[in-house]
Amino acid sequence: MDFGPHLMLASIEGAVISAILVLTAMGLSIVFGVMRVVNVAHGEFFMLGAVLAWAVTVTIGGHPALGFVAALAIVPVLVGCIAAGVDRLILKRINYDVDRTIVATIGVLYIVQQSTLMLYGPEARPVEAPFNTRLALPWVELGENGFQMIWPWGLSVTSYKLFVIFAAIAVLGVLWLVLTRTKVGLIMRATQQDRDMAQAFGVPVAQVYSWVFGLGAGLAALGAVLVVPIQQAHYLMGGDPLLLAFIVVIIGGLGSLPGTVIAAVLIGMSDGIISVFFSPTLAKIIATLLVALVLVFRPQGLMGRIAV
Amino acid sequence: MTTQSKSITLHLGVLAVLAVFFFVLPAYHVGAFSRIMVLAIYAIGFNLLFGYTGLLSLGHAMFFAAGMYGFGLSVNLGGLPVIPAFAIAVATAGLLAVGAGYLALRTIGVAFMIVTLMFAQTVYLVILYFGEYTRGDEGFIVQQAQRSIAGIDLTSETARYATAFILFALCFLVMARLVQSPFGKRLVAIRENEERARMLGYDVGRLKLQALVVSGTVAGVAGAAYALLFGYVGASFAAVHYSIFPLLWVLLGGAGTTIGPLIGVMFMFYLIDFSSGLTNAYMLVAGVALVLITLFAPHGLAGVLRKKVFKWLP
Repeated sequence: MDFGPHLMLASIEGAVISAILVLTAMGLSIVFGVMRVVNVAHGEFFMLGAVLAWAVTVTIGGHPALGFVAALAIVPVLVGCIAAGVDRLILKRINYDVDRTIVATIGVLYIVQQSTLMLYGPEARPVEAPFNTRLALPWVELGENGFQMIWPWGLSVTSYKLFVIFAAIAVLGVLWLVLTRTKVGLIMRATQQDRDMAQAFGVPVAQVYSWVFGLGAGLAALGAVLVVPIQQAHYLMGGDPLLLAFIVVIIGGLGSLPGTVIAAVLIGMSDGIISVFFSPTLAKIIATLLVALVLVFRPQGLMGRIAV
Repeated sequence: MTTQSKSITLHLGVLAVLAVFFFVLPAYHVGAFSRIMVLAIYAIGFNLLFGYTGLLSLGHAMFFAAGMYGFGLSVNLGGLPVIPAFAIAVATAGLLAVGAGYLALRTIGVAFMIVTLMFAQTVYLVILYFGEYTRGDEGFIVQQAQRSIAGIDLTSETARYATAFILFALCFLVMARLVQSPFGKRLVAIRENEERARMLGYDVGRLKLQALVVSGTVAGVAGAAYALLFGYVGASFAAVHYSIFPLLWVLLGGAGTTIGPLIGVMFMFYLIDFSSGLTNAYMLVAGVALVLITLFAPHGLAGVLRKKVFKWLP
């Protein structure tokens, strides 16, 4: 394959990574924005989503699409409920103190991860995609008689990957509508702007926090359900999404949702493209260091306020 | 007794107990305590920054790893004897702390935690990237023949315990003295109220950097000592786990107390030792411990002691 088609393939991979990343990072960003909580256990909710998706599909059986749709409906809600439980049982009691929540969520991270190890085991397990036709993609090339379409060998994408990209866009659209056009969104934004004032106006802040924490985890789980047909479910799979989601949220500006989306696309695309052309470890080193330096020299990120 | 003499008695008492342990404990526990003392050095280093200065670093594994690889690589590749290699290891950790601190201390709060976490992750990835020399995750062994000072083989159980004890005692006493000194008091002032400390005319940025460098250097001592005494150098010691562990130990034992780190390491070591006999998911215990501490004893075991019994506890 030539450079051009290769790059296109890498971009599609990048777009799939971005799609998953945007959902995961959005969860982290909403939780941070509204609650001012850094949720270190976020990656484990992602992992839990993938593992539960496997469990649901296996329980239901039958055609893969059946199990997948069921997983898509059940798993995010389930993970959201677990997260809301964590909020009620732990975070609420320590009054969302910044340092202590970080320590507590590190604890939650280990509890979720190690319980999964005990119940689910150390194996990686695949979930079958509901549909997986391979679509060849055209490439335009300057030939003897002007531009012509060619179909290079190997330049193709599965229909499922395209579905993931569109599903992520759809979810983002719904999320945006909910946040900007509904009463629920209004309440969330009010809580974000001034917790005490919102409380004074009769917003049940404690409940909002539980819902938001559940929503954040649910988004991560949704991303994971979408990713398991591509990547297998494994109890240690939460580490990378956590780090990437952190990077995205920081680059985008802590608490800024548009910034998060832009950064997720940026990071996902470059991750996809860099790791096709360079050593993945080197790519990770550069990315990690760059992010740290962004935080040092431009703490407000691309769009957003100074981190507290 | 005055507070000062109580404190001296306490510290010497702890050391005396550790010395007696060597003679009374069975072999397995003597080995365990050599390890506990080395890890406690690491926790002591972390405690200066977290417990006394109030800065939560989530990347201390980079200093531990710097000490460990500084020692291991100078011995294995450079063929240096133990003492110069140890000096290089500690200097590496110290320099890394200067660099990392200079950059990371420009941020505060959550950003500081994330930046340190990312720096540590970078160090971890660099170790993996240079797998040719570092052997990556697999790690390498420091040969027994190379682990001796002036003909004394440090790999025997006795020499190992003695070395760990001497290093621990040194760090323990120096740190106990340091936190009582004007320097230590200034760090506590920063922890309690950074603005006020600045207003009183202290150079807060400089003090924080000094605290981080001392803290990182002590962590480097622990890393080098680990490589020296247990002969293994591996990338897993640079991973996120090893940045979380000192936090766990210090919180459990009691942040901002001199004996907290030792108590925390001891408690955690035996807790994991016990639970890994029951299940392979032994980190579950660590997770539960973290959550329970934050919920019920935010000041740790020594913190509870200080509140209930010994108000003078340093």
